[in-house]
Amino acid sequence: MSGNGATSVEIKNLDLSFGAVDVLKGLNLSVNEGEFLVLLGSSGCGKSTLLNCIAGLLDVTGGQVFIKGRNVTWAEPSERGIGMVFQSYALYPQMSVEGNMSFGLKNARVPKSEIKERVARAADILQIEPLLKRKPSALSGGQRQRVAIGRALVRDVDVFLFDEPLSNLDAKLRADLRVELKQLHDRLDNTMIYVTHDQVEAMTLADRIAIMKDGIIQQLASPGEIYSRPANLYVADFIGSPAMNLQQGRVENGHFLAGELSVPLASYSFEREVAGDVWFGIRPEHVLVGDDAAGADLELTVKAEVVEPLGSDTLVLTSVNGKRFWLRISGQSKVASGDSLRAGVNAADASLFDAGDEERL
Amino acid sequence: MTEAIAGFEGAHGPKPRRTFSRRNIFLYGTLIMVALYYMLPLYVMIVTSLKGMPEIRLGNIFAPPVEITFQPWVKAWAEACTGLNCDGLSRGFWNSVRITIPSVIVSIAIASVNGYALANWRFKGANVFFTILIFGAFIPYQVMLYPIVILLREIGLYGTLWGLVIVHSIFGMPILTLLFRNYFTSLPEELFKAARVDGAGFWGIYFQIMLPMSLPIFVVAMILQVTGIWNDFLFGVVYTKPDIYPMTVQLNNIVNSVQGVKEYNVNMAATILTGLVPLVIYFVSGRLFVRGIAAGAVKG
Repeated sequence: MSGNGATSVEIKNLDLSFGAVDVLKGLNLSVNEGEFLVLLGSSGCGKSTLLNCIAGLLDVTGGQVFIKGRNVTWAEPSERGIGMVFQSYALYPQMSVEGNMSFGLKNARVPKSEIKERVARAADILQIEPLLKRKPSALSGGQRQRVAIGRALVRDVDVFLFDEPLSNLDAKLRADLRVELKQLHDRLDNTMIYVTHDQVEAMTLADRIAIMKDGIIQQLASPGEIYSRPANLYVADFIGSPAMNLQQGRVENGHFLAGELSVPLASYSFEREVAGDVWFGIRPEHVLVGDDAAGADLELTVKAEVVEPLGSDTLVLTSVNGKRFWLRISGQSKVASGDSLRAGVNAADASLFDAGDEERL
Repeated sequence: MTEAIAGFEGAHGPKPRRTFSRRNIFLYGTLIMVALYYMLPLYVMIVTSLKGMPEIRLGNIFAPPVEITFQPWVKAWAEACTGLNCDGLSRGFWNSVRITIPSVIVSIAIASVNGYALANWRFKGANVFFTILIFGAFIPYQVMLYPIVILLREIGLYGTLWGLVIVHSIFGMPILTLLFRNYFTSLPEELFKAARVDGAGFWGIYFQIMLPMSLPIFVVAMILQVTGIWNDFLFGVVYTKPDIYPMTVQLNNIVNSVQGVKEYNVNMAATILTGLVPLVIYFVSGRLFVRGIAAGAVKG
């Protein structure tokens, strides 16, 4: 699935500034052939800007962009071998679906017969043949986005760029198209770079996720790695819903101490020396509840303040040391607000971060 | 009864409203008054233009004509004298047509490309260029009258029809460029990006993507220019000579002639004839006009 080792897109020391505002600062990124890379971050983190730089829609201030080993830093968007899908679909309203899909090919002076063939093939892959003669205004949101993908598909490009393509769709459709996108990627084996602020999309689609903040990539790793071993406090807090439970404290004699809490850290695998103040994080789903809590590194009793049943599981808000402390328990268990719960935390499931530079310990 | 059958009790369905409520009387009363106030001069003009001179001398300007005559209209169109020419307003009408059509086409063609470039291709110095252009809209025309006379004389177009066309095109530029820029800015930027990824160039995007989406704003620009240029008097009288005077200048010469009897009926007919073109334009494209203004001009 993911890559045969060759590099598809490579970004070297990329800078981009609008006037005095630096959006991207010395960014380096290399994407493998056939990889599905997701750029994830909250709004204003520079993820869309980076995508526009790869597409050639923004002139970079410094650095280089390579696609398939070719330096395309100064190349026009159409010369880069990329196809792009936008959040608002960006279909040409006056053209039919067929016209939309063949517009790029006509500009590239592809022979008519071949245009027809390629449009037919893309329409077959995306199952939009019945829509070919329609105008975009006569399509639903999901159909429009499929056409937009088709427009990139016909051009036989090396790299697909997606700019929040599912954000305008309703939740059900978004989930459906997400699955289809994944199937499409498995089938085509193209490199895909996908921008989103939705962590579910990122986790489900990506081979690797690049989490961005303030124009800097915070962590570039597989979804599993990012989830279980976040590289810093920002990533830990950003990924997961509800977010990771965090407690500030200090490490002494192999124990994490915060208020009345004391967690032995013997089972935690440190990446570097521990020094003084730290953040201790544990995901709501890693907190053991009830009988499971027996024998955990830390055992405590918490009082349920808010109970949010989601069906498959139930979220319980409690507080520890005056800070919010979420638990995720089975949807079957009967808990009402006000109930007392036994909870347990194992250091092996936790993440520790330096309180100073906020990097993983 | 019906309520019982339908299974409803108490208030249901649309709330009944009285036709002659105080609100309606006030609203429609005001509207009708204001409409009458604005319609009255037009009524007087039409009525007077259909009367003979003896009837006009009776002085009842609001009275409908006893004997309807179309002679004043014929005279205004084909016989009234200005200077040496006695072929009526028809000469001025065709002059105005020959001035308006090229001016409208040239100014809109250039301004739409200006607006498109300013909105989508943020070239270096775009903001400075735009500021200068907008500043131009606030300079009084009178300041530039004489310098332009000299300019036109130097390039040999003073007193010609094309000289006037150039002047109209230039003076329409600031407001039209602003109009088009704002409209193109309001179109989704992603369309422009998608077209670039699809390999369309500056002109390809303009003609194939932008133009087909901007009919309303073109209609607005056309209406603004046709009425503006058709109604222009100042440039017409300064930059042309009697043979090619536009209709407005000729109308002035007919109405303000100091010799002979004042033929009010002919004057009224001539004035209505001159105002007919903008009037027709407004009636035909009024709805598109409002739509285009709402789409383009509001958003800064």
